[in-house]
Order: sequence, then structure tokens, then C-alpha cells
Amino acid sequence: MSRTHINCIVNGEPTDFLAADATSLLDALRDELGLIGTKEGCGTGDCGSCSVLVDGKLNCSCLILAPEAEGREITTVEGIADGDQLHPLQQTFLEGAALQCGICTPGFLVAAKALLDANPDPTETEIRYGLAGNLCRCTGYDKIVRAVQEAAVQLNSTSKQGV
Amino acid sequence: MTATENPTNYKWVGTRPIRHDGFDKVVGKARFGADLNLPGQLHGAFVRSPHAHARIVSIDTSAAEAMPGVKAVVTGDDFPALDPTHPNYDTAVNCMARGEAFYHGHAVAAVAATTKAEAKAAAAAVEVEYEVLPAVLSIADSMADGAPLANPNNHTKFAPPGDPSNLATITNLDRGDVDQAMADADVVVEMGFDCAHVHQGYIEPHACVVDYGDGKANVWCSSQGHFRVRSMTADVLGVDNSKVKVVPAEIGGGFGGKTTIYLEPIAAKLSEKSGKPVKITMTREEVLRGSGPAPSAELRIKIGATKDGELTAIDGWMAYGVGAFSDMAGLIGAMSVASYKFPNLRMETYTALTNTPKSAAYRAPSAPHAAWAIESVVDEVATELGMDPIDLRLKNAAVEGDLTAMGMPHPRVGLVECLEALKASDHYQSEPAEGSSRGMAVGFWFNIGEESSATVNLNEDGTANVITGSPDIGGSRASMALMAAETLGIDVYSITPIVADTESVGFTDVTEGSRATFATGKAVVEACEDLIEQLKARAATIMGVDVGEVAWVDGAAVSPGHGGGEGGDPLTLAQITAQAKRTGGPLTATASLNAAGAGPSFAVHCADLKVDEETGEIEIVRYTAVQDAGTAIHPSYVEGQMQGGSVQGIGWALNEEYIYNADGAMENASFLDYRIPVASDLPLIETIIVEVPNPAHPYGVRGVGETGIVPPMATIGNAVKAATGVRMTSLPMSPPKVLKRLNER
Amino acid sequence: MHYVAPTTVGEACSLLADNPGSRVFAGATDLVPQMRTGRLEPSVMVDLKRIDRLMSVSHADGRWTIGAATPASDLTHNAAFTAMHPGISEGAGLIGSDQIQNRSSLGGNLCNGSPAADSVPGMIAAGARAVIAGAGGERTIPVADVVTGPGQTSLAADEFIVEFEIDDPPANTGDAYLRMIPRTEMDIAVVGAAVRLTMDGDTVSAAGVVLGAVAPTAVRVPEAEAALVGSSLDADTLAAVAAAASAACNPIDDKRGTIEYRTQVAGVLAKRAAAIAAERAQNGA
Repeated sequence: MSRTHINCIVNGEPTDFLAADATSLLDALRDELGLIGTKEGCGTGDCGSCSVLVDGKLNCSCLILAPEAEGREITTVEGIADGDQLHPLQQTFLEGAALQCGICTPGFLVAAKALLDANPDPTETEIRYGLAGNLCRCTGYDKIVRAVQEAAVQLNSTSKQGV
Repeated sequence: MTATENPTNYKWVGTRPIRHDGFDKVVGKARFGADLNLPGQLHGAFVRSPHAHARIVSIDTSAAEAMPGVKAVVTGDDFPALDPTHPNYDTAVNCMARGEAFYHGHAVAAVAATTKAEAKAAAAAVEVEYEVLPAVLSIADSMADGAPLANPNNHTKFAPPGDPSNLATITNLDRGDVDQAMADADVVVEMGFDCAHVHQGYIEPHACVVDYGDGKANVWCSSQGHFRVRSMTADVLGVDNSKVKVVPAEIGGGFGGKTTIYLEPIAAKLSEKSGKPVKITMTREEVLRGSGPAPSAELRIKIGATKDGELTAIDGWMAYGVGAFSDMAGLIGAMSVASYKFPNLRMETYTALTNTPKSAAYRAPSAPHAAWAIESVVDEVATELGMDPIDLRLKNAAVEGDLTAMGMPHPRVGLVECLEALKASDHYQSEPAEGSSRGMAVGFWFNIGEESSATVNLNEDGTANVITGSPDIGGSRASMALMAAETLGIDVYSITPIVADTESVGFTDVTEGSRATFATGKAVVEACEDLIEQLKARAATIMGVDVGEVAWVDGAAVSPGHGGGEGGDPLTLAQITAQAKRTGGPLTATASLNAAGAGPSFAVHCADLKVDEETGEIEIVRYTAVQDAGTAIHPSYVEGQMQGGSVQGIGWALNEEYIYNADGAMENASFLDYRIPVASDLPLIETIIVEVPNPAHPYGVRGVGETGIVPPMATIGNAVKAATGVRMTSLPMSPPKVLKRLNER
Repeated sequence: MHYVAPTTVGEACSLLADNPGSRVFAGATDLVPQMRTGRLEPSVMVDLKRIDRLMSVSHADGRWTIGAATPASDLTHNAAFTAMHPGISEGAGLIGSDQIQNRSSLGGNLCNGSPAADSVPGMIAAGARAVIAGAGGERTIPVADVVTGPGQTSLAADEFIVEFEIDDPPANTGDAYLRMIPRTEMDIAVVGAAVRLTMDGDTVSAAGVVLGAVAPTAVRVPEAEAALVGSSLDADTLAAVAAAASAACNPIDDKRGTIEYRTQVAGVLAKRAAAIAAERAQNGA
């Protein structure tokens, strides 16, 4: 079976891997690059567990064919923190108990980051619709929404301080 | 969101530390069932029955075996024949059919190949010849006279030996004189209800990797109980427990659905045959077609009441459809009836088999169905009597000593406190928002104890490891650490709680029945208390005093005979562990128990909602969940259980259902058309934790995980009645069904 | 299955012509799930997203030209387009979650051939045209003529849509798209209704009413349009619009809705969409 050699940037690092053309980007990230943080919940774009950023835009990696990644910049959950320095979203998720089993958490963090990057001061409704593509079965979304709100507050106060 | 009662001033219990496993989960390092890859591993894929009921005439795997990358194939013949009376017979047959397929999606063969794509292609090349048999697809069909047998191995439990039947249980409960009480009642309401199958809906599909070597299956999987995975897998393989080791992965949701096995013995056998590790992950479609939903139900409830609001009698008929294998859903449904005094009670309940997937537990199994019906009828009674729905319930609420439907007296319980907390809440005291209407309902779950073991090891520097065998499905590791911190008197962040594999910790039952914080917590506390005795003895040696003069206070040994001051100079835990070698060796303790005294948890929910009368859509505007947690060890995770259960119940109420075609195949086997709530469907879920401590637990814990799913359907149904005058009786209350009922008004 | 990413329309046409069983794609949000279940087994997947013309949105000569592979989010975030065609924009914006929005395209939404496609009714109501490329060159047809039945298009195997043309509406025109789904997001439309109205003061001078998910293809409702033209959207007119919309339905019973439900709700949504379109028309769209 032939495999295509794909070059792209993953979490800021030039990366390459081999994959059959029918392989999803999700499977390539997990199986070829060992980045198991991105999860498969449904494989059909209905749950958001596989959410990644492609050139800064939120996507379901299960719907992307691996060769489409050529030349693109991919961000996964593994690329959100800066070493031990967590992104405010990761911190507020932990402090606010916005995860119970944690399987949906990577997808939510990527989606919430995309949301706040585009809309730094979202209303509760905007957060809920912006995250409607991410299913959670444990939390009922309450603490997730609150964690995103709290992260928005922190990010806005940081940026106001010119940090 | 604060507790209304805080019986004791704890230092750690009741606080909200960041969970110890949290960092790995937010940076993508935590490993769930599908996140382990072993060198040289193969991928497994299943062949599944396209028929709801069929005899397997033959299976020809030769074409599949010849395909590229295929290294092993298994069918039911590869597994030892178990006696049909063996407790895991049904599990074994459900994992892989033996000559008869019992539902559309039933696994009949499996292949292992070098890649997922090759395995999938090979599975499609397995040729199975079926002889289609009559299928039973509904409760009514199952219970009809002369119905074909869904499963010829099923016999009614707890009954004299007899012919095979479609009924797994028949339960009859009777107390007082129901017929007389109904005749004497001023108000009698009788209604029929039904519920479709729903799935637990965990976001993580089932997954495992099994590496078979030296006669032993080394299993990596996520589950709610790896000791059960071990024993079930061993039974299916026909080997001793010591020939199966199970390492627990993080689990991405279970809610009862991962208290059984589907994959592990199959992967083990494929690994044995191929000589390579085998990884199997279910697709979402397979999860919905091949793993256990909650039962469906048909219920008829009749309640009689006096004009001053005493609920004097209940007469109930409940039948649960559980798929193609034996189950006790009907019996458990009867056990779940426990919220009101009901001096006169009759319950006739059934568990009925159908040729659909084998039901698995789902959060307070059977109770949501029963509460849907009973709480709807209680609401009707309140309306007819002109009584406030909370007041009616307060008048009849079960208290300590009152009997459940099964005739068991309640221990100390908190239903009254929960009802009063809702009544006093900001939600209930406020008018519903413009255009919205209100409903409330009660839920109960009995919770269980069962067996747990815990080991607590003190490190040389005074930090501690707390080792249990309870998979953490909602933050229980944090709760174990909190209880250990409280007992030992040390900082919760100096404690490392882990879930160890089946070879590294004592036997521990499944994380189900809301038992982990209760039973495993008890074991952790006992182990810590054992350590305290050891620490005191070491301290006595160090201090040169008699051990009887040593007390343990705030994480230190104190003795009047040691140094100056009232308690003397304390010797901290770390100071003692630093001298462990000199005073006798490492400080460790283990406790194990079969926990008694699990405290039931009551919940009371309230919803304000709007109904779009032109489309039948329901919008929930405000939702409050009140629940008795006994003592909230980690309030954030208690709130989380309450909110999660509420939203699962809301999904069950509004849009979730299995849609079967006439051939018994599920039509909506995807997250697109099996519709669980999304974030934009919901408001914030307000929570009120009531604490009526359970006297049988050192910190008063009641299990909280399950009750939250019990009230929501009736809560919403009661609000819809208030909004529209229509009493919905069929779940889900999806827009087409609501609109149809509105049209008929 | 092989993947190729041509950079010109000509290259894409040759690939389709030379590879029987090949499929073009942009977002693949419908194709990938079909490939997973084995319903679709393309020989070659031709990625259109590296062809600049298919990814651009521009306005010139009194019309918008939208590349067929453009992600819906590019369209919905285009303030000028949304101001001129709010109904088409909101239809495109309802195709799934934010994740799906960054992938799904008007071309895919149309050519997948689902009667429930959210962007299609609004485009038909606006008289949008599809520019199609194939071995024989390019041709332009009304969007309404592309889909011929569920999952079927009038395109030849070697053809694909390059771009859409949407003429600027007359002054005082407004459009709206409403859909009914059981949850608040993430569902396929059970009913979709697009209405476009041109107003002359309080009176409707032109109307387009198109329903989705209630027939094998999106369906225009001339009787509803006739009821609207010349009216001032009084209660009787709206009732007639609703009745006409319901009468135009030819839906199926499936796991997403019943015939009865779709028929009734089509009327409700047509009437509601008309009211929104009128308001937008009068408030200076």
C-alpha cells in the first residue's frame, strides 16, 4: 500500500510523516506522530473530540484527509501550553472542575481557544453556540462555560496590562 | 452553590483542590483506552450480524484469511463452551455469538490485521450464512401469548425451573390493601407511559489493547472496573484470573455502560493466535449498534390520594425491554420506588427480552423510567387537589423508618431537606420568566457498598501514595486524596492518589452504584487510621513514652510527656517517616472491606421552560438540581455529578431515542441522529448540595453519581403540562410528538 | 484511494475525466462519513481548495462571485455579503458547528444533493447561478437546476461547480432563512424555509419562497409567492403563505421528522421567514 510523505508544521515544529491518502488527519496525528491528545469520539464530525486548528481555524481532524495537511500549520491540544506554563483556559478548566472524565477536554480547549482568539469577550450564548460542535456527556456544559468565561476575563485583564 | 449544612469543620474535606490527574488531562498526556500503542500491534475488526435474530449456519473465513495483512481470525468456536447457567455465559455469548445471532450488530467473528483498513476489509470478506429466525422487537411483542423466543437460553429468574421464556424477571410486591385504598380515595389518577431505549452516550468508544504472552493476557483498557474485566475475560477465555492482568486506562465516560466487556477476550484470542498485541477500538456506530443501551419501558401507574393530600395508594405495572439477554431491570425498577410512604402499594414488574442489543446499566438503572411515570402522576394529583407540588411531596416524603416498595426501612435520608431547600431556593421563590412555566420532580437511588481495597504508603519524606482499584470516572481520586488528607492531617497536595492494576492492589468492585467515594473512601480512611496507629507507635518509640500517651492531632503525634506545653512538642508525620527505618521499617497500610451502610441519595429538580406551540420545541430557561450528598468531599465534583446527571436526563426527556426499523436495525446509529444535548441547548444548571450525613461513613458520604438522572424527565414533563395543559406520556418529548399532542388539545 | 490537489480548474477537469470514480471535494464533511460507512469508495479524491478561483469571494459588476469551495465561515464573516444577502449568509452559517463551518462549502452543500441542505433554499430564492466546468468548457445554469433528486445532480461525472454568481438584489429587498431542528445546533434540517421579498413601501412587489427538507429537492412555492406579491403581509396573507407552503410539501417519514410534522412546520417557518424578510427589506437591506 502506497503512502504519501507529508510535510507540515505541528504545534510550531516542522514535522513530516507518511500516511495512506485515505488516512484521516486525526489518525495521522495519533498513530504516526504519537500525539494522542486529540481523540476520536465519532469519526463523522459530530462530536468535536478531534478538534484541531488548521492555519488557526477550528476543524474536525477526523474529516480532513492526511495529505491535506501539506504545508499547513496544525495546532493540537499538546501545543496550547508553553511547557509547564498552562494557557489560562487550561488553568480555569482545572480550577473550575470543567472536566470529569476528560475525554472531551482536548477538543473543548482547542475550540475554546479558537473562540476566544476570534471573540475575546463572548456572551454566554456566544460561548454555547461557539462550542456547540463539542459534545460533553459528563459535565452538562455548565462548568465548561464558566471556565471559558473566567479565562476570557483573565485574558482580557492580561492584555489590558499590556502583557 | 454552597452546602446548606456543614456538620463538622473539616480542614480538607469540602475544599476544591485541583485534581491530581488534571494536568495530564488538559495537556493531552492522559492515556485513555485507545491511547496505547504497542510495537508490532495488529488492529482488530468485527463481523456483525445483519439480522435481528438468526441461526448461524456457517462461517467461512478462508477469503478473509487470505487477504493482505490478516494475521488471525476468530469465531465463537475459538472460545470454550460455557454452561448456560454460568454467571458469565451471557457475557461470553454477547462478546461473540455461538451459533445464534441475537440482534442486529451481534458480533459473530473478528479479524486482526496489520492496519485498521486491512482489518475492516477482511471483516467484510468473512462469509456468514444465516438462517433468519423470527425476531421479537418490542416489549408488547415479547410479552404476547405465543411470542417467539428472543433467546432460547433465558429462563425466568427466582422462579421454579421451567420452560425458556421471554421474561427474565417477574416481581410482585404487595402491602396494605390497594384496592380498598383506591376505592376510599378522593382522587385517583391512572396513566400509561413509555420510554424508548437510550444510550449512555459516553464520548469515548470502547477500546483495548491486549498483549498475549506466556499463557497470559495483558489487557490495557478503560472500564469502570478492571477486576470485573479480569474475571469476565478469564471466564470467556476459560482460564484462571491469574492469567489475565488488566491495567486501567483513564476512562472517557461510562455511566454504567462500561461495567461489562465487549472486546477484551476477543482481542486476547486474536493476540494468542497471531502472536502479536491486538488493539481493538469500536467506532461510534458500533458503540450504538453493539453495546448496551438502557432498557426501554412501558409503565402504568395509578395513585390514590385523600383530599388533604395524603398519597394513600400506588398500583404500578412496569415492563422493561432489555435486549436479548437476561437482566434484572424490572426488579430494580421495583426497588427504585421509595420516595413516598404509600401505606398501600402494589407493584407488578417484568423484565422482557427482545432481539435488540444487550442492555447495560445506565446511571440509576430502571429508576429514571419509574420516576418518569410516578412523578408525572403525582404531579397530576397535585393539580387535581390544588396543592403546590412541593407541599404535596413534603406531606408524603419518605423519612427514616418508612418502607421502600421492597419493604426495606429507610435509614436516615434527606428527601425532606431537599424539598425544603428547593422551596427556599431563589429559583422557586422567583416567578418563572415571561412566557415560561415551571415543573419539579423527585428522584431516589439506593446506592451500593460492595468490596474495596486500599493501600496507603508513606514515603520517606512524609508524602503519601493512596492506591485504590476504583477507576476514576468523575474526580474520585481527588476525593480519596481529600479523605486521606483529612484523616492523616497532611496537605492534600502531598498525597498522590492512583488507580492501580489488578496485580498491584487488592480486589475492588466496579465503580458503579455510586460506591467509589463511599466504599473505597471507607477503605482509604481505614488504611489511614491503621497508619495513624503505626505512626503513634513509632512516635512513642522516638519520644520514649508509652504509646497509650500518644495522640494524633493535626498530622502530628503529641504526648504530654514529650517536651513542654500542653500537648508537648508534636512530632510531625514527616519527622516520623524520616525515622521509619530506625523505628521498624517502611510505613504502609492496607484495608479491605465489604462496605455496609451505603446511604441513599434523594434529589429534587426544578425546571422553567417555554414551549413553542407552533413547532413543539421546548426551550429550558432555568434549571436547578438539589441533592443530598451526605457530605460533599469535593463540592465541585459533587456539583459536576448533579449537573451531568441532570443533562443526561434532559437529553432523555427531549430528544434521545433508539429508532429501529421493521427489521430491528437501529436507524440513527451516529451522534448526528442520536441526539445528545449540545451546549447551546441548555442554561447553566444551578446546584444546591444538601448535606444530611450518612452515619455509616466516617465522613458522612452518600453516593451522588446516579440520582441526578432520575428526576429530569418528569421535571420537564410537569413543566410542559404547566405550560400547555398537555400531559406528555411518551419519551422522548421530541418536537413532532409535542406538536401532535398540542394539535389534539 | 488517491488524493490529488490541482491548482487550476483545467487540471481538475482533466483529473476527473481521466479517473472514473473520482470525486471532487472541498470540506468533505458529507463525503468522509460516507466513505467511512463504505457507502462511497472514490478512486481519487480531487481537492479543490488549492485552486484560488474556487476559494475567493468577490463583488463586482453588480454581483457576488463565490468560489464553490470557499468555507461557509468565510462567507458568514464577510460583512458586506451578509448585509446584502442576510438570508443566504444565515443559511450557510447554519451548516453545522464552527468546526464544520470552517470546512463546508456552498458547492459541497449543493452537490451532496441533500434536500435538507441549509444554503440551497436561499440561493434559489435569490436566483443564484452555478458556473460549471467540465471537459467541454464552462457553462452556467440556475442553482435550482443542479440538484435533481436526493444525492443526485445534473452534472456529468467530469463536471464540477467552480463558482456561484448572485446578482445584487433590487433596492428594498430582504431575505431570511429559518430552519427547524430538534436541538439548537448540530442537526440536519427537518424543515428549511427561505423567503426573499422586495418591498414597495408596505407592499410586497416581488417574492421568492423556497422550502428545504420537505421534498426530494428544495422546492419553490409559487402559490405562496403569488399570495405575497401585492400584499402587505396581513394575517390573511400570512395564513395563505403558510397553507401554500404546507401544500407544496412532499416529504417523507424518516428518523428526523414525520410527513405530518414537516408539512405543518413548513407553513409556520414560511410565515415567520416572510416576516423577517419584510423587516429586513424595509429597514434598508
